[in-house]
Amino acid sequence: MASSFITAPIFWLILGMGAVTFIPRVLPFIVLKTEGWPAWAKRMLSRVPYAVLGALIFPGILYIQEDIRFGILGGTAAVLMAWKGAPLIAVIGGAIAAVALLGWMV
Amino acid sequence: MSANNESGGSSYAEPANTVFLQGIKDGMPIAIGYAPVAITFGVLAGNTGLKAFEALLMSMLVFAGAAQYMALSMIAAGSGVLAVISATFVVNLRHLLMSTAMNERIDKGTRSKRSLAAFLLTDEVFAVSSAKKSPVPLTELIGTGLAAYSSWIGFTLAGYYTGGVIPVFLQESLGIALYALFIALIVPSIQSGGRLVFFLAALGGLFHAAYAQWMDTGWAVMLAAISAVAVMELIEGGIKWRHRS
Repeated sequence: MASSFITAPIFWLILGMGAVTFIPRVLPFIVLKTEGWPAWAKRMLSRVPYAVLGALIFPGILYIQEDIRFGILGGTAAVLMAWKGAPLIAVIGGAIAAVALLGWMV
Repeated sequence: MSANNESGGSSYAEPANTVFLQGIKDGMPIAIGYAPVAITFGVLAGNTGLKAFEALLMSMLVFAGAAQYMALSMIAAGSGVLAVISATFVVNLRHLLMSTAMNERIDKGTRSKRSLAAFLLTDEVFAVSSAKKSPVPLTELIGTGLAAYSSWIGFTLAGYYTGGVIPVFLQESLGIALYALFIALIVPSIQSGGRLVFFLAALGGLFHAAYAQWMDTGWAVMLAAISAVAVMELIEGGIKWRHRS
């Protein structure tokens, strides 16, 4: 039983997927030394999170459902609540409620 | 970067378990957002013919949503093992950039602790932890990652065995959750960081939309972020140069 499991292709597939996912995640944490990097390079790195967030939001949010109005409405609701200083959980709950409400109406 | 998220503080001031609990607390929105995604993965894994422990093992060892979905469709299409592994590498290479950026903002720690934190570094864990005051204690990063990880593997099994516990209309509405999380993270940064942060995020989104037309989304996210910070650097350089002359 156990031996048939470890020789199955699916096992090697999962193990391989795990390895190639882990390597890019871990390499910078254990080998990268940026002390000697120029100021502009460090400044660019410090700005990466904002650019990544933008890329993670758009355009993916438009495609949460076939009808792009769902993403637009949910996104707008989230922006408004976050702008007013609502806690993270409230922003998420509010966006879900807005999308559910639209789904119920159409 | 976020005003309502700074209670984590420094690891020197607080005992380790307080920092760990803070990390878990920060990870709760991710845990909620992962639920529908992991349930759907579990359902699809069952439909694709994976056994329960295979679906679970994939969620435990890979812990990357987009790649896991892609693997299922490739397996269903009869792709080979190496094809799936190379596609996974391509999709997940974006974490190299996130890990490089996060590396600047984490506390020192042992190699094994850093490796554990890195293993847990998904897009969402990166986004939430980037909103914390630097330097982020590794223990806190691990707490956030483990909250996300527990949800991911727990709901993978829930999806597999129930075939989807969440009613369809709610499942569809929950698709907005992770996007709302990202928005809730960027908005306070725009409020405190001003135009610069807004332009960086806008450029990131626009470059992603453009690149997504002709490349895989994992690459598109990474190249979009690099393009956005590079363009910002050039714009600033141009402004400085004009002021000088």
